[in-house]
Amino acid sequence: MSTSGRTSQRTRPRVGPLTATTERAPSLDVDALLDDRGTGIIVCCGSGGVGKTTTSAALALRAAERGRKVVVLTIDPARRLAQSMGIEELDNTPRPVPGVGGPAGGSLDAMMLDMKRTFDEVVLSQATPEKARSILDNPFYIALSSSFSGTQEYMAMEKLGQIHAQAQQDGSYDLIVVDTPPSRSALDFLDAPERLSSFLDGRFIRLLLAPAKGPARLMTAGVGLITNALTKILGAQVLRDMQTFVAAFDTLFGGFRQRAQKTFSLLQADGTAFLVVAAPEPDALREAAYFVERLTEDEMPLAGLVVNRASAPVAVDLSVEEATAAADRLVAIEHDSTTAGLLRLHADRGRIVAREAHLRERWATEHPGVPTTVVAALSTDVHDLDGLRRVGSLLADG
Amino acid sequence: MSPRAEQPVDWSGVQLHVVTGKGGTGKSTVAAALALALASTGKDVLLCEVEGRQGIARMFDVDPLPYEERRIARGLPDGDVSPGAVHALHIDAESALLEYLAMYYKLGRAGRALDRFGIIDFATTIAPGVRDVLLTGKVYEAARRNARHKGARRYDAIVLDAPPTGRITQFLNVNGELAGLAKVGPIKNQADTVMTLFRSPKTLVHLVTVLEEMPVQETADGIADLRDAKLPVGAVIVNLVRPRDLGHAALEAARSGDLDREQITADLQAAKLDVTHELVDALVAEARDHADRRALEDAQRLLVRDLDVPTAELPRLADGVDLGGLYELAALLEQQGLA
Repeated sequence: MSTSGRTSQRTRPRVGPLTATTERAPSLDVDALLDDRGTGIIVCCGSGGVGKTTTSAALALRAAERGRKVVVLTIDPARRLAQSMGIEELDNTPRPVPGVGGPAGGSLDAMMLDMKRTFDEVVLSQATPEKARSILDNPFYIALSSSFSGTQEYMAMEKLGQIHAQAQQDGSYDLIVVDTPPSRSALDFLDAPERLSSFLDGRFIRLLLAPAKGPARLMTAGVGLITNALTKILGAQVLRDMQTFVAAFDTLFGGFRQRAQKTFSLLQADGTAFLVVAAPEPDALREAAYFVERLTEDEMPLAGLVVNRASAPVAVDLSVEEATAAADRLVAIEHDSTTAGLLRLHADRGRIVAREAHLRERWATEHPGVPTTVVAALSTDVHDLDGLRRVGSLLADG
Repeated sequence: MSPRAEQPVDWSGVQLHVVTGKGGTGKSTVAAALALALASTGKDVLLCEVEGRQGIARMFDVDPLPYEERRIARGLPDGDVSPGAVHALHIDAESALLEYLAMYYKLGRAGRALDRFGIIDFATTIAPGVRDVLLTGKVYEAARRNARHKGARRYDAIVLDAPPTGRITQFLNVNGELAGLAKVGPIKNQADTVMTLFRSPKTLVHLVTVLEEMPVQETADGIADLRDAKLPVGAVIVNLVRPRDLGHAALEAARSGDLDREQITADLQAAKLDVTHELVDALVAEARDHADRRALEDAQRLLVRDLDVPTAELPRLADGVDLGGLYELAALLEQQGLA
């Protein structure tokens, strides 16, 4: 697109009356991104229900068929996605997707994150067998590793770190595509490593460790007050479980923190590309705006915006008003005129297309220079590799 | 209108309507419309959100909501019934925890110390399950207010814009989430009391879906999970239904490419349009897309019927949902017996 050079060179957002002019977003060259051997990680993020998982799978497949050795790490337990890649069940180990490859010599593996297993594996690899057992059996650990909604984010980052380290060692993959969890807050996965670190360094942990480590001098008046309050609220048993857990886990914490920070800097590195996925709806675009701002703040490499499920543009120049008026005239002549129905459908589509275009233009004006690709909605669902290929080529053509 | 306008059950005694749905299906819109529909029957309604998105404020075009009940709208006048008010409450775990501590434990100095030690942060973001206990606990508190609570506002119905379908059972099944963690103690007691309300006939969980494969599958899974956890399933609300401007025969013809182009050309001329081949082609192509979509919807609609729960349908509004649109959807929900 001719405007792309100009918009990407501008470093500051435009202010003043000029902002009212319609800003065409530069187009996102998906194939160039996939073909660039420097791209080692692609992270797809966005709010729930915008087609993040399908986008991740379609990108991974397209990259593989263009010669990359790809693994796609998904979080969404959608059986249909697994089936569309010819795998009955995805599990915590990457599985080869049959029927991918061809002349370019690429390959595609897929795996679905099992957060509890990932957590367990970390514990088992870091602690002595007896210690690992006492952690794995602790009620507080069981709750934390299986039901805590933030665990998925920690573990997605952990798994990404693991796969990346392994790929660096044995060259098994040269591209990792990550689908982020459908979080309560779409930014949780970015905050996870940081939050874990600050929690582990926090006074609360030291407080919990204090009684277990014994010395009574640590039991200052303040600490006594706190433990009493906690006992009151949580009950003594919960507090005891937590203390046992934290004490057993203490030695693992260092490793955890280190790896969390390593993953964070991996995400900031040049080889990573973030794609923000949205739908042409106000809420999804608002979430996308948060993401773009947040990624910029954290100096994470943003590659662009994918607008999924866009209505196909209207192919003919007949305005909403003209179509509606003509439909009304026809209904006056013949009550159930099929042609009137066609005209009303055309008007309905015209209104939606105009509304979506308006939302996208506003977004582009507020976030100038973010390369964008628009993917038209399919009228049916994706069932197989061919469906994913179709999405992939729409992504590249958008 | 919907062919299933009459509901087999009487839901007038229901006090808590929980609205869930897969992301992108419009669950917040439906929750807001349901609150308006209930208010239109004369009830005073509290609409709660728990996900920190301030979606209610945006939909009703008011300032961001604090942790405090705010009056945001009235129901539609409906014949002789004078409409009730809709209040809104944005529940966040941290405020709920501080309120809870102040109410039950009179913690004072220790409460502030908890914050200093990062314990408030721990409880609301890291400790498993505690966050959900706090959020649902506040909803419970609003539902259980009675004459003994002086000065507190009482509501005839509460609508909760809840977490998405994939997380809803875990969210509501608070004592299940805590099981194994807190077997006894005050938190466990609190969770047990909340569960009693959630499992009672005074609560219904409604699931919002669109007529596409993945959302319908997720709705079916969600219903199974809710039933396993003995949580009461209400209605499936099918949202964003495409317009019905073509009859069955026309849809068939559109799919098979047999629409009568000569007839269309003649009709367009009669409607005083400049008819070109391109115009006819475009209309026929649009009709085919639409017919494909309708076929998908019809197939999914059969699956929704097999779920064996009451259903209601809401149209996709071409211009998006503004406040007027919310009232329109509310009227449709009321007509279909949901309020």
